[in-house]
Amino acid sequence: MDPVRVVEGTAVPLDRSDVDTDQIIPTEHLKRIERTGYGPFLFDDWRKDPSFVLNDSRYEGASILLAGTNFGSGSSREHAPWALEDYGFRALIAPSFADIFRTNCCKIGLLPVELPAESVRALMDAVLSDPTTTISIDLDALTVSAPGMRETFVFDGFRRWCLLEGLDDIELTLRHSEAIDAYEARRPDWLKTG
Amino acid sequence: MITNMPRTLAEKVWERHVLHRADGEPDLLYVDLHLVHEVTSPQAFDGLRMNGRRVRRPDLTVATMDHNVPTMDGPVTDQTSAAQMEALARNAKEFGITLYPWGGAGQGIVHVIGPEMGYTKPGMTIVCGDSHTSTHGAFGALAIGIGTSEIEHVLATQTLQQKKAKTMSVTVDGDLPSGCSAKDVILAIITLIGTGGGVGHVIEYRGSTIRALSMEGRMTVCNMSIEGGARAGMVAPDDTTFAYVEGRPHAPMGARWERALDEWRSLPTDEGAVFDTEVTLDVTTLRPYVSWGTNPAQSVTIDGAVPDPDSFGDEAKREAARRALAYMDLEPGTSIRDVHPDTIFIGSCTNSRIEDLRVAAGVVAGRKVAPGLRALVVPGSVGVRAQAEDEGLDRVFVDAGFEWRGAGCSMCIGMNPDILGPGDRCASTSNRNFEGRQGTGGRTHLVSPAVAAATAIAGTFTTPEDL
Repeated sequence: MDPVRVVEGTAVPLDRSDVDTDQIIPTEHLKRIERTGYGPFLFDDWRKDPSFVLNDSRYEGASILLAGTNFGSGSSREHAPWALEDYGFRALIAPSFADIFRTNCCKIGLLPVELPAESVRALMDAVLSDPTTTISIDLDALTVSAPGMRETFVFDGFRRWCLLEGLDDIELTLRHSEAIDAYEARRPDWLKTG
Repeated sequence: MITNMPRTLAEKVWERHVLHRADGEPDLLYVDLHLVHEVTSPQAFDGLRMNGRRVRRPDLTVATMDHNVPTMDGPVTDQTSAAQMEALARNAKEFGITLYPWGGAGQGIVHVIGPEMGYTKPGMTIVCGDSHTSTHGAFGALAIGIGTSEIEHVLATQTLQQKKAKTMSVTVDGDLPSGCSAKDVILAIITLIGTGGGVGHVIEYRGSTIRALSMEGRMTVCNMSIEGGARAGMVAPDDTTFAYVEGRPHAPMGARWERALDEWRSLPTDEGAVFDTEVTLDVTTLRPYVSWGTNPAQSVTIDGAVPDPDSFGDEAKREAARRALAYMDLEPGTSIRDVHPDTIFIGSCTNSRIEDLRVAAGVVAGRKVAPGLRALVVPGSVGVRAQAEDEGLDRVFVDAGFEWRGAGCSMCIGMNPDILGPGDRCASTSNRNFEGRQGTGGRTHLVSPAVAAATAIAGTFTTPEDL
């Protein structure tokens, strides 16, 4: 994973709560066995509506998605963050995220940033009135900045370190191989199957 | 000493699996069982190959095909589905993992076959690249749904990084009224706590109602924990649990069974243990639930009506309700009993077990599916299907006008040919009524097997006693 420190760019205001991963990447696109190429299918069903915000040319090239509470609920499909990333998003800002989705995002370097609902509302209003509004997220300083606005956010310390350093989780865990061996040696025998 | 403090079921299982703990880091938990299916695993196996890594414990890894598989005889006509199934077969062979493939004995929905074959046991940590992994928590296991990067991590290390979860007790008391089921209990809970109410928490379902449920019922409840946002859902193991597990192919036997029982009996939450969040539900006057919207918390009882979006407290909920009603093509104030589905789906990891099929068959026996309705029964596994056929349930369904299908996820997720067309309206025993979940433009109403069966006969939402 490449290190992530600052994400700066324009944003798309997706003013909906409980956006589930079935909407982010509809099921019919989960049959591919590759890791890439999901961007064209991001929000595929919703994009059939010409008035859907992602079809608004004023938001083309945005790297930040603004959304409502409980973003990424439902299915554990990592295809959802893959699609967001492949489309060009580098960070998401919402009042809250679903657990599995948040973890999946961190694993691939897509920043899930939580801000209070009022702050997300203010960012959405700013972007709605001026789509060229630039938002800057600094994971090192834990700040979100926009014209006339500067907010701090909370981010899990371990995840932040992994993202800032671009660390590979498996490599990190393999440093504890001896602890894994030791644990395996003391597992109770009823766990053996057959 | 912290260890002498009263602890919850979730904390006990968690603590017994921590193999590395350090300040500022997530705990590293050992994984006792890793269940794998064809949709979320191919990229994880590719990752292993790219890095020259092996599966650390193929003996603790079990794979099946469920999401894509056709439920009718004949070849897999969808080439992308076929490629995904072939990829899993290749990966299972290359990495030495037991696979229950489509067309073979033991195949079925991953959350049905795990318990059915005795892989799922109390006190275990279980993961799967599927959000309904919480199902296995019905046995007092800590069962967590994970993404593909985490699948690769578990395959390579047999561990999972997990930040300590908060605990939530959902205490359900009272005798379940006739006509109500575990499905109605969990829909009532989700309606109560909301889609994000459980975020960051492991839920423990407790109380007299839960204790009185069968293992099938407890699995239905735990299955939908994720629809309330929870990381996992659990029920403390008891004699009902032990009776279910005993004698299954992968259950311990003899002295090992006795040692297992000793450990499992130590798991229930200690007297005086404190939960971070507590919720209670009295089911004495519970009624069957039907979802009206596009998330499972948008549900009312069958005697209710489609709500007016303006009746909700905050603007986000009002807007969500307006969008849901437009998608569902429903008018506020319409009685749920006046809504007419054109499709009935009995199946999914929520409600496709033998008990579910018995209840549904009991309702439709000697009756006929309403004219023009399409009705499917999709058993959760080859095993469930065989048992149902032994009991003659297949004949009951077919005589009533249902289609009797092979095992798989089928119309719950719409990855195989069993999908809703645009505008189709389905009474479904599955777990998600998201937009397009059962097929693009399809409309889903979540119900119990009893209500799905009665609705198939009446052609409009109803309960068995009202037939």
